[in-house]
Amino acid sequence: MNFNSIKAIYKFEMARALRTIMQSILAPVLSTSLYFIVFGAAIGTKISTIDSVSYGAFIVPGLIMLSVMTTSVNFAAFGIYLPKYNGSIFEIMSAPISAYEIVIGYAGAAVSKSILISLLILLTSTIFVDFYIKHPLLMLFLLILISITFSLFGFIVGIWATNFEKLQLIPLLIITPLVFLGGSFYSVKMLPELWQFVTKFNPIFYVINGFRWSFFGTADIAIIISFSFIIIFLFICLILIGLIFKTGYRIKG
Amino acid sequence: MISVKNITKVYSDNFYALSNISLDINRGEIFALLGPNGAGKTTLISCICGLIKQTKGLIKVSNFDTLKDYRKTRALIGLVPQEFPLDSYESVLNTVNFSRGLFGLKPDDRYIKNIIQSLKLWDKKNSSIITLSGGMKRRVLIAKALSHNPKILFLDEPTSGVDIQLRKEMWDMILQLKRNGVTVILTTHYIKEAETIADRIGIIDKGKLILVEQKENLINRFGKKSIIIEFGKKIYEIPNKIKDFDCFITNDNFCLVIKKLKNNKDINIKKMINIISELKIPVVDIKTEESSLEDIFLDIISERV
Ligand SMILES: Nc1ncnc2c1ncn2[C@@H]1O[C@H](COP(=O)(O)OP(=O)(O)OP(=O)(O)O)[C@@H](O)[C@H]1O
Ligand SMILES: [Mg+2]
Repeated sequence: MNFNSIKAIYKFEMARALRTIMQSILAPVLSTSLYFIVFGAAIGTKISTIDSVSYGAFIVPGLIMLSVMTTSVNFAAFGIYLPKYNGSIFEIMSAPISAYEIVIGYAGAAVSKSILISLLILLTSTIFVDFYIKHPLLMLFLLILISITFSLFGFIVGIWATNFEKLQLIPLLIITPLVFLGGSFYSVKMLPELWQFVTKFNPIFYVINGFRWSFFGTADIAIIISFSFIIIFLFICLILIGLIFKTGYRIKG
Repeated sequence: MISVKNITKVYSDNFYALSNISLDINRGEIFALLGPNGAGKTTLISCICGLIKQTKGLIKVSNFDTLKDYRKTRALIGLVPQEFPLDSYESVLNTVNFSRGLFGLKPDDRYIKNIIQSLKLWDKKNSSIITLSGGMKRRVLIAKALSHNPKILFLDEPTSGVDIQLRKEMWDMILQLKRNGVTVILTTHYIKEAETIADRIGIIDKGKLILVEQKENLINRFGKKSIIIEFGKKIYEIPNKIKDFDCFITNDNFCLVIKKLKNNKDINIKKMINIISELKIPVVDIKTEESSLEDIFLDIISERV
């Protein structure tokens, strides 16, 4: 393991996150507050509780998941895409560093950023709603697993993308809709039967509900099923990355 | 130090960018790789540095295989690329420090400061790359390549876009690196550069290595000398005694130019003066000119077309 190299990439990425500190930190705080005002105040008056959890508290894990997934995917994808785009990837490719160390550096930074933002959202939420986390350790553990999974996925997107459009495509057209439709702001039980059935095919539905279970001890799906899904996604991403590097897929050339 | 054996690189559309190239680079020498645009210079360097994989062949750096032992070979190499692939918003100091870390070394502020100072960039250390001029960016790339104290330095057109004074300073720097035991491989379109600092020269064209020679040998073997005799009045005919030589009369009919290969002992000035004096035409001036590496390079390349 070449720690200095991984550290160099990690530090570089974290510096990039800090350069856009306004966007990175302020945006999630602001949008969380907006969600609470819009969803909590407007819809919350109509829906008082879901499984005896107040609506305001119910959407906290959903909000965190929305941020974690989009941040992880976007940041990791952009992180590896940028050097590809400006050519500075040449240096990474000529360095005595393995493909896996490159992944650890980029995905590691994306994970750190996501977790930081999650904690910020969690803090902001406490201003608006009262809630307490039933299984905080599990919550943290799931948070880390999910960040890793989506950061790896983002890395794959960044490697695959050959232009800015493709880079934006997957987060915008796949991740965001699936998160919204995956029950981040509502319980699937509130949907008509047909849509309940359709939702079962949305993989993100399982992730969100697993995470929500760690908060309240109740969710639309049993925790063991959710947890299995999260692990499966993580392994799919790991295998994909392994395949990308094994099949001699080069970042360039 | 570097041993390239039967390297072939085929790009997707069955295009042979390199065909069966074999080359040995000695420890501590300055090797200049010359060749027209698209000859394959950058491709060859990229194969050695690990940016691209050769289709066929074996490359060893310090006896390690560049594919199997890539960690060992790459740690020895610094690369200054031809383009400016830099992060526009990074500062000079950060980007150089990043390179050192990326190559697996602990930070060393004194060493990095030394490099940046010797490249005359210290007062720009906190500027972001985007605010630098082309020549400065080139030097940032050199600083990055030197940041991990490499034993081998590749310079892909290091002095293009660098002003004359700085170019001279850069040559001094390259020669200093050589004295410190660094092996330097450079490409350039500025043949004078190779002539000034290189120990050996390789010429590559259309993916084939045409020749590799010690610089002096190359100039002696292919170099031409011209003897130019200026007359006081017009001449119209080449004297019989030298008709068989490579010679011509200039357009204004005042000069006779005799060309010879440098190592051709049959033609010398003394002999020419004797022949000319027999003509009984007043001579105004006699000059000699030697071809530069540039002339030789052009001769070799144009012969192949
Ligand atoms: N990725 C690629 N795909 C296909 N062909 C390529 C690729 N990269 C380079 N080539 C081709 O390979 C040949 C050699 O290119 P290379 O960059 O090695 O030339 P060069 O000798 O460095 O030229 P220059 O003096 O212009 O820098 C060129 O014909 C080029 O078009
Ligand atoms: Mg080139």
